[in-house]
Amino acid sequence: MITNSDRMDRITEALDEAADIKGRSLWADARRRFLRNKAATGAVVALLLVVLFVIIGPYFAVWSNEEIDWNVMGMVAEKGAPSIESGHFFGVDELGRDLYSRTIQATRTSLIVGVIGAIVAVTIGTIYGATAGFVGGWVDGLMMRFVDIMIAIPYMFIIILLMVMFERSFFMLFVGIGIISWLEMARIVRGQTLSLKNREFVEAAKACGVGWFTIILRHIIPNLLGLVVVFASLLVPLMILIESFISFLGLGVQEPQTSLGALISEGAGTILYGTIWQLFIPLFFFLVTIISLFFIGDGLRDALDPKDR
Amino acid sequence: MLNYILRRLLTAIPTLLVLVIICFLMMHAAPGGPFTSERPLPPEVLANIEAKYGLDKPLYAQLWDYLVGVVTRFDFGPSFIYKDRSVNDIIAQGFPVTLTYGTISFVLATIVGVAMGVFAALRHNTWVDYLAVGATFSAQALPNFVMAPILVIIFTWQLGWLPGGGWNGGQWQYVVMPVIALSTSYMASIARIQRTAMLEVLHSNFVRTARAKGLPSSTIIWRHAMKPALMPVVSYLGPSFVAMITGSVVIDLYFSTGGVGLHYVNAALNRDYAVMLGVTILYGALTILFNLVADIVYAWLDPKIRY
Amino acid sequence: MTYMTRTLLAAMMASTIVAGTATAATHPETGEALAADQTFTNWTLDNPSSFDPQVVEDSDGAAMVRNMFEGLMNQDADGNLVPGVALDYSVNDDKNVYTFTLRPEAQWSNGDPVVASDFVYAWQRAVDPELASPYAWFMELMSIENASAIIAGEMPKEELGVKAIDDHTLEVTLSASLPYFATMTTHSTTFPAPQKVIEEFGAEWTKPENIVVNGAFILEDYTPGERIVQVRNPEYWDNENTILDKIETLVVTDQNQALTRYLAGEFDRIELPAGTYPKMKAEHPDEAVSVPWLCNYYYTFNVSDSGPEAFKDVRVRQALSLAVDRKVITENVMQGGQPEAYSFTPAAVAGFEPPKSAMADMTQAERDAKAKELLAEAGYGADNPLTFDMIYNTSENHKKVAVVLSQMWKQKLGVQASLANMEWKTFLDTRGRQDFALARGAWCGDYNEASTFLDLLTTPSGYNDGKYSNTEYDELIQSAKTAENAPELYTQAEAILAEEMPVIPIYHYAGVMMIDTDLKGWPYQNVERNWYGKNLYKVAE
Repeated sequence: MITNSDRMDRITEALDEAADIKGRSLWADARRRFLRNKAATGAVVALLLVVLFVIIGPYFAVWSNEEIDWNVMGMVAEKGAPSIESGHFFGVDELGRDLYSRTIQATRTSLIVGVIGAIVAVTIGTIYGATAGFVGGWVDGLMMRFVDIMIAIPYMFIIILLMVMFERSFFMLFVGIGIISWLEMARIVRGQTLSLKNREFVEAAKACGVGWFTIILRHIIPNLLGLVVVFASLLVPLMILIESFISFLGLGVQEPQTSLGALISEGAGTILYGTIWQLFIPLFFFLVTIISLFFIGDGLRDALDPKDR
Repeated sequence: MLNYILRRLLTAIPTLLVLVIICFLMMHAAPGGPFTSERPLPPEVLANIEAKYGLDKPLYAQLWDYLVGVVTRFDFGPSFIYKDRSVNDIIAQGFPVTLTYGTISFVLATIVGVAMGVFAALRHNTWVDYLAVGATFSAQALPNFVMAPILVIIFTWQLGWLPGGGWNGGQWQYVVMPVIALSTSYMASIARIQRTAMLEVLHSNFVRTARAKGLPSSTIIWRHAMKPALMPVVSYLGPSFVAMITGSVVIDLYFSTGGVGLHYVNAALNRDYAVMLGVTILYGALTILFNLVADIVYAWLDPKIRY
Repeated sequence: MTYMTRTLLAAMMASTIVAGTATAATHPETGEALAADQTFTNWTLDNPSSFDPQVVEDSDGAAMVRNMFEGLMNQDADGNLVPGVALDYSVNDDKNVYTFTLRPEAQWSNGDPVVASDFVYAWQRAVDPELASPYAWFMELMSIENASAIIAGEMPKEELGVKAIDDHTLEVTLSASLPYFATMTTHSTTFPAPQKVIEEFGAEWTKPENIVVNGAFILEDYTPGERIVQVRNPEYWDNENTILDKIETLVVTDQNQALTRYLAGEFDRIELPAGTYPKMKAEHPDEAVSVPWLCNYYYTFNVSDSGPEAFKDVRVRQALSLAVDRKVITENVMQGGQPEAYSFTPAAVAGFEPPKSAMADMTQAERDAKAKELLAEAGYGADNPLTFDMIYNTSENHKKVAVVLSQMWKQKLGVQASLANMEWKTFLDTRGRQDFALARGAWCGDYNEASTFLDLLTTPSGYNDGKYSNTEYDELIQSAKTAENAPELYTQAEAILAEEMPVIPIYHYAGVMMIDTDLKGWPYQNVERNWYGKNLYKVAE
């Protein structure tokens, strides 16, 4: 496995080019770089289209997301396929409910769950991990043993207890997701911080007497951004799928409301029975969402990379 | 370093103890018990069963009995639901299964994932990169609960090449589909993390310096870039390895492997207290162990790291 | 024995058996050509709870136990009582002393004869507080003298009303006269247990290497979550007439997955997931079957103090029940030939005659009109809509039924029912604490008699989660236990339920299965679904 020097040249060229553009504001600079990234801008457009669809789509719906089409029910494979005439643009689900309306509502739920879940995970995980890694010593030991315990505790019990102690609500769903999602993030960030804190620029900051929290915020976290963003983009699909498990336990989204995770697993259960659209349609929206979030994340990473400043 | 490892191993004991206590209390706080069923047992029958399993004692006494049993006799108690089996039986039978398919999946996911990530980063924004990224999406597009039934439809029903489930002592035909279904999403995650980490390193000052010194690019990559680029993947691999060898509920459920992963979920849903604690201890001990391994690997990858 | 040697041995054994039967490969009665490989591959959803007859509590586990242990009486393909270990029985005029005569040739797999004291030991074991059998209550239900006192720890187990007159005569004394007592001896709790083996190995006695059985098959291998292998027991008294060599039960927790594997030829029998029956019937008409099953499916109103005020009004309960289009649920949701339910007890129960209810005779349009009328009378309408929560435990099928019910009520009556699913144990706990308005329920009969269902709704019943209470009903059920005209009383009791509607019966279960055409002898007509491996055989294709 040898890489030719040609490519390395290209990399250095790109780096030199990046070095030329100092002096502008960080954000304007980042924006400019982000917009130059075709994949990232394309992803923003795709995600906007999904959001737009979720907002405008309901105005075109013939059926609501809970109404059962009694004429189709029981003969879904024969009569329930996507069709303009019947008003079921995306076909119907197993019970004869309109998949168009259900997909719109599910996408809305899952987008919120995925994005907010990821933001919670990133915020808590990054701060927690960076603090543990940077402070080190017994604080690190204690904080990480806490994470170990949290990873090993049967997650189902946490959800079940939350459900028993509090009223079921959308907010509790986020609490449920938030409790678990930040743990891996914290471990990864801590690992990187261990290495970053010995770098020259951190040592320099320390020597200047900058406080540790400021160092974390100003020097450690910006250098972690790339990793955090890519990990967040991995978390989004995970959050969307975990939601359906939480709902299975009873906390979270309740029928007739639904989510992409629930629709996908329903669709997967019936692939044999001639109703393949029940899997493909929610899967399509799931994919568009996670792919665009990935490229947006990737673009943001490139744009915000402190080494390119 | 040795000192550090010893210290970490010693702290594992109180950590596990805290884990057991929390898990024990949560279990008992959850509604319903192992003997709650659609058909409620008559009170006197229930009383006999609870007396048999010691559930009539106060919580602290139950916890104490349990801990004494574990420490002195290495006895993790009986299953309350599968009454012919003890927790030791269940783990002794289920863990080797998940350990086998988990380790194979781990090795496969790591090698392929890291290779894909490195190549994608070296050829950033070329077709190689797009192909690799595209492949990771296809893997994610099919969550394992979707992939498992599709695999069985194709390889068992349509082609008739592989048995649709079971374990049969770990013959290769029975291992193939669980490994495919388990490893792909991890592979995708590893590739994506590796790609980003490698890009970061390639953009960093010391690689630029090395480049400026005129070192050949292969030397730069293998001697300088590779090690730091592995750091984040290692953090990810620690917990992932544990998750993989303790099995996935989806794999055990769809492929009937008899692995310990399904017990983890079933025991919680059935309130099978002793099984739940046993599996949690296994999971906790492995988590602690492999996070320690990850920390040791950090120190090897970046000698500047001091704990 | 290591795994490898065990499989090798099994393979060798299998080949010798094949060689042995190759010459006589036709069925002795029907003359059908038999398959060389007499292995029945069965499906089960979960691991059996135990192989111990006195401990097992799940129905698939009980079926495995039934293949390994033989009780006093068995059932034939239609559910009629036929001799098992007992050749015959006699009963006194008061119907409270039963005497069973055991067959002398019956023996355990270790060669010991099966004697009356094996039953005495097993039955004492079932009520022994030390064993704490979850089915101890079945002995109380059988009204065996002193069973309740022994379970409560007030008497030694030796006082149980069962004794061995001699090796082949067993006498049972009941605390009340029970005309159908003999039918209850087909239940796994009443099967004999090998005292010597149990005393030697303790709780380990059901492990494949220790177990001793008196039935047609013996446990060879058990891998939880994967498979249970039972092979022919050559010591079984009727071994010569047993055709099947091996029953292999594979655990598949996902029913759709089980269906795919059935289609791939990996199973001889599976149960179908809801909604797949019509398609399977069309594609595999000889394999898909739907047979009646003694279970009901209902929603129960919480009529206790913690329940909503609205449900204390019988008109509201009637209206909600009337508006349920059961035909839609059975034909379009379950789609497996389930009968619509207008009574709590399934009509398939032996000797039970459902009452003539007005509702069953109406058309759905008439019912809907009546429902609207009743609800309006009760004071609920557009300006004062009825709202309540309904709970069910998480499962695809329960979800579908709940969704459909709530939509029927919403569209026909303007009722707002919000759905809440819960995981199983939380659901049971919530329902058991009367912390609900409307809750899903289901019940499967323990024996083929209406009281197994109707007992549920009596005031003292521990299973009566809606806390329905009606003295007239209680008295009817109580007197039916000893009355000659029990079926009439059951019909009257059902008429009260139809009038008061404390529960909404929705459908009665059907066993919906795929059974490979080369598997013969399956007891389709046995509504309790008690099948015996010794009666099954596979024909050559």
